[in-house]
Amino acid sequence: MRILGVESSCDETAAAVVEDGRRVLSNVVSSQIAVHRPFGGVVPELASRKHVEAILYVVEAALEEAECSMNDIDAIAVTRGPGLIGSLIVGISAAKAIAYALEKPLIDVNHLEGHIHAAFLDSDLPNAPFVCLVVSGGHTALYYSESLDQPPEFLGGTLDDAAGEAFDKVAKLLGLGYPGGVVIDQLSEQGNPTAIDFPRVYLGKDSLDFSFSGLKTAVVNFVRTHSPLTYRVEDLVASFQEAVVDVLVAKTVLAANMKGVKNVAVVGGVAANRRLRHKFEEKAIDNRWKLYVPPIHLCTDNAVMIAAAGYGVWKRKGFTRDILTLDAVSRWY
Amino acid sequence: MCKINYLSKSADDTVGFAITFAEKLKPGDVVTLWGDMGAGKTTFTRGLAWGLGIPRKCPITSPTFTLVNEYSGRLTLYHIDLYRVQATEDLETLPLREILFGDGVAVVEWPEKLGEVLPENRWDVRIKIVDENSRRIEIEQIGADEP
Repeated sequence: MRILGVESSCDETAAAVVEDGRRVLSNVVSSQIAVHRPFGGVVPELASRKHVEAILYVVEAALEEAECSMNDIDAIAVTRGPGLIGSLIVGISAAKAIAYALEKPLIDVNHLEGHIHAAFLDSDLPNAPFVCLVVSGGHTALYYSESLDQPPEFLGGTLDDAAGEAFDKVAKLLGLGYPGGVVIDQLSEQGNPTAIDFPRVYLGKDSLDFSFSGLKTAVVNFVRTHSPLTYRVEDLVASFQEAVVDVLVAKTVLAANMKGVKNVAVVGGVAANRRLRHKFEEKAIDNRWKLYVPPIHLCTDNAVMIAAAGYGVWKRKGFTRDILTLDAVSRWY
Repeated sequence: MCKINYLSKSADDTVGFAITFAEKLKPGDVVTLWGDMGAGKTTFTRGLAWGLGIPRKCPITSPTFTLVNEYSGRLTLYHIDLYRVQATEDLETLPLREILFGDGVAVVEWPEKLGEVLPENRWDVRIKIVDENSRRIEIEQIGADEP
């Protein structure tokens, strides 16, 4: 089955064609970061109008790259949520219009379930249940899945800020530019991760929830009370990054142990962080896990993962029944 | 004109103070939160949410990426964060007027981004960092239709 995936839940407008949830025929992302950086814009514009301008272009580009036409598409998978309502509506409206006009079936997909699928596109399918850490600018949560076709079970998530948000805000505080996660990842290479002992918040020994707000405040306090001449920014960001990574890794180890699984996936934009990947690779060896991490270009938002997850959702519960009443949901799972 | 001044000693203290302040809120009220990153705007909002009867097991998470989070309690709470908003056209992404002039309580972080949409009737809450844990919280009711 050939599925056209459509994604517009946050800043990225994306479309992709994927066959049977596995074979990637095309992957097009209109990144607003790329569009705005040359003009000095440091934060992508949020306006839904940007999605409206991009959506038909990315769908056409995805079909062209896959060397097929709408006639060759068997179904359309679209992100229903979670995300910004104003942004989600653009992708959903386009998907509905195409589905209705061309009499194609639709599959509505959870964005986070999409992220989870991204981990398995370049590797074998998991042969046993797995635990997955979804970590990005808007989300930080742990899930348990019986299999890739089953809906993920929520185990715990952030009680305040997402990990990626903490990266972005610390980068902004230090005037390091955008996107914050990438800048801090690079600067940290030259920094000492043990230079400053920032707090690790665990919320109790059996908790699978996260809290990063206190860490952000600790960095604010540090910068407020220390002259910039007394520390290196590289050390500061490396120490901050280490505190985030330590908590993410420890909670994932705890979840894997509690669920008794040996398959672990790490997905989402922050999964592109090199220190995080490295620490998880170490833990995988220590704990004899099979570790699944997407390639960098599938960590951030894309439509390949939506098309892939769409195939799984279809196997689980078929097509979306009432296409025209499908609406966006801001929070889901 | 209502003015309140409070010196909070900790994040928990801020939550407790906000729970008490929430008793003053009526349908349609707008609360604007002014303060630097790390001042405790989301912490204050957590207290407001609890004071408005939103279940404590419901995490009041940062709306930085979602722009607006909605919670059901005694009154509906709209938690808006305009941190990522750069241009006024970004505000189109939100049903801002419907929220600000609706029947719920709207809490707005980074209200300086509202520009001319900033409501004339509102509660201004200013949170200033005193030291590592202490915060000076100043609340002022602006343009209220008092008898």
